[in-house]
This record gives sequence, C-alpha cells and structure tokens, in this order.
Amino acid sequence: MLDKNQIAQRLAKELKDGYYVNLGIGIPTLVANYIPENIKVVLQSENGLLGMGPFPFEGQEDPDLINAGKQTITTVPGSSFFDSAMSFGMIRAGKVDLTILGAMEVSDTGDIANWKIPGKMVKGMGGAMDLVASAKNIIVAMMHTNPKGESKLLPHCVLPLTGIGCVKKIVTDLAVLDITPAGFRLMERAPGVSVEEIIAKTAGRLIVDHEIPEMQL
Amino acid sequence: MEKVYANAAEALNDVFDGATAMFGGFGLCGIPENCIAALVQKGTKNLICIANNAGVDDFGIGLLLQRKLVRKMISSYVGENAEFERQLLSGELEVELIPQGTLATRCMAAGYGMPAIFTPAGVGTEVAIGKEVRTFNNKEYLLEYAFEADFAFIKAWKGDTEGNLIFKETARNFNPLMAMAGKITIAEVEELVPAGELDPNQVHTPGIYVHRIFKGINYEKRIEQRTVRKLS
Repeated sequence: MLDKNQIAQRLAKELKDGYYVNLGIGIPTLVANYIPENIKVVLQSENGLLGMGPFPFEGQEDPDLINAGKQTITTVPGSSFFDSAMSFGMIRAGKVDLTILGAMEVSDTGDIANWKIPGKMVKGMGGAMDLVASAKNIIVAMMHTNPKGESKLLPHCVLPLTGIGCVKKIVTDLAVLDITPAGFRLMERAPGVSVEEIIAKTAGRLIVDHEIPEMQL
Repeated sequence: MEKVYANAAEALNDVFDGATAMFGGFGLCGIPENCIAALVQKGTKNLICIANNAGVDDFGIGLLLQRKLVRKMISSYVGENAEFERQLLSGELEVELIPQGTLATRCMAAGYGMPAIFTPAGVGTEVAIGKEVRTFNNKEYLLEYAFEADFAFIKAWKGDTEGNLIFKETARNFNPLMAMAGKITIAEVEELVPAGELDPNQVHTPGIYVHRIFKGINYEKRIEQRTVRKLS
C-alpha cells in the first residue's frame, strides 16, 4: 500500500519532457516534488501562472504570488502571468498536456465526482469542471477506498458529477488502472498488494486480463 | 471626464442597495480591500456579489457577509468561510456556484460585447440543468450568458489618471475581466501616476473600461495559506 508521497512518486512517472501540466490540490500538488531531473515540465496554476516554482523560503513569501490552492509559491525562469479567462482558455483549447486531480468517486466509464457532498459540504467546483471537461489527458490521484473502507471506484458515481467520461487513468494507494470502454483495467499493483485485494476493493467493472506487475517507484 | 477620486468613500458614493457587484481577486490575492472596507462603512445592503471566492470569515468579502450585506453570492469556490456556510445552510444567503473558467469567460464576454459563450464545463452535471446544449465537432457545450454588473470593484498594482491599469503577478486573476464587465468600474491601485508615466506597452487594462480610479491605502494583503520551505 502506498502513502500519499508514494502515490505522487508513481504519478510523476506519467510526466513527459515538454509537458505543460496542471496539478490539483492535495496529492497531485506533491507530484511537483518528484519531477525527474532529466525532463522539463512547465506547471500551470489556473489562477493565472505558467512556470510555477517551489514554495518560497521563509521570509520571501509574496502575497501577490499564490497558486490555485492559495499557497504562497515562486516562479521559475521563463514563467508568465495571465488573467483567469486566458488561463481557462489554454485549458479549454487543449494546450495543457496533462491534468492530475483528486476525486471522491470515479466511475468505470470515467465519470468523476469531487466537488460536492449534498447536505454536508458546500464549497464549490472551482476550476475542476473546466479542467475535466477540456483536458486531453486526465489522471485521478486518490485513495482506493474512503475512510469507511468503501470503494471509490464505482459502477456509477453517487455524488454529484464534476464531469462525464473524462478520466483516463487512476493511481491509488493500491493500484494503477486505465479506464477502457469495458471498465477499469488493472495495470499495476502497489508493492505488497495482491490482485485479490484490488478486486475486493473495486466496486465497478474491473478487468484483469494479464499478469499484473508491481509498481516501480 | 475626471476619473480620479480621492478615496474609496468618494468613488463608491452612489453604490445602491441591491446592486450587482463584481469583486476582483482569487482567494484573498488581488482583492479590492479599500472598496470592501468602504462598502462595510456605507452598509449597502442586499448586494448580489460576483466573485470567485467569498473571502474568509474576517477578511475580504467575509467582512460583507459578517455584516449581512450580501443577498446572493455567485462564486466558483466558497470554502474556508464558516460564516458563509452558516448563512447558506440557514437560508439567509442565496448562492450560485459556477465553474471558475465559466465565471471568468462570462465576465470577459461582457467586456468583448458578446452576449453568450459556449463552454464544455459542466456538461452532464447539475450545472447543465436548464441550459441550452449545442454540439460542435461531436462535443457538447453549454450556452452561458455574459455577466454584467452595476459595479465592478477592481484592484490593480499601478494605474494612471486615464484609468489604464497594470496588475502584479497572480493578483491579476479576475481583475482585468471584471474591469471589462462593470457598468461602472472602480479601480483601486497601489500606485497612481499621471497619464504618460505608464509604458503603454505594459498596460493590461485600457482606461476605456475604467470609470473611476483612486489610490488605495493601508493594504494588508493577507496571505491565506502561508507555505514555505526551510533553508536546507
């Protein structure tokens, strides 16, 4: 079973040289810590920045420079600022190569729910609906089950949807799964996790059609 | 016509109860602090606020919520505000949540003279309920109408007496878009200079969109999530 940092480490292997990448709040943000040194990726922050750098050193925080999670950040050489319409314009136009975001539920047809729990949580969708409706390649990073132990990989989402048929891949603490027309396809299992455990904890249609290798971190 | 006003109170003197008001900013970054303080002072009621976020309990638009000056909030993300949540759950406050890119682009459309836009954001979700859907190139899009507001409150870094504005870093966010969408756009700036001192090549918002401008004071620029790394 992977911890959050290890999930981020595995996700970082999805990055390719030259990619423009949008990282969501939570586990996806941690991916920035594991970008391989031999490739160059440019991080997009949807409040209006390309070329996001690491957190500032203490005392160098700039209130005018934050990321989409409202955290203080820095820029890297070659960065640019723009307004929020242009930011979502480049997302809508498919210029951003990869979006990694968290989810509460994913269905076996690639639907995603991550913005609302009726009667409990009213926070809003922020940029998530725009991102999932437009991004070319969407990977979800999440725990395989919720705190009650129930599967978050479902036949249909129960919570209000963020987007439909958009998720391409899921990386969880237990497994890497692709989303295919026939459902979730198991691709890798976390070190020490059995295929049986993944089957037991996946509620949606799951295809296991080959020898499942252990993840390489 | 003279665009320069002495302060927020003068610039906002005709803001009326029930007005639709846009507020630039993302989180607490780039928010019109002086305009918000002036609205609190004035006690303008029943505002319909269009802003990406609702501030925090004791800062930003949260200050308007605290005084119960807001009737309706139109935003994309309203976490981090307990008073907001309380008013919403008790039915005192109406809220409309819309995707962030849709919000930004609806403001932009108003400033570009376009009555509506088509966006894929929200297709197949509850955001799409009651909206016209059109298919282009085998993909579905929602029709979303341009936003206009009685007043747009904008925060810029530098401005000149013609109303030209330059924004700083990610404090730009919704500001230039909302500046274009206000029937009356009021900009507060950290630095106000005479016409001719800003390089026209660097202007983000041309003065034609800005009706009133004043030099803001006492900026707090509160940081919502101070995140740092240690010197290693």
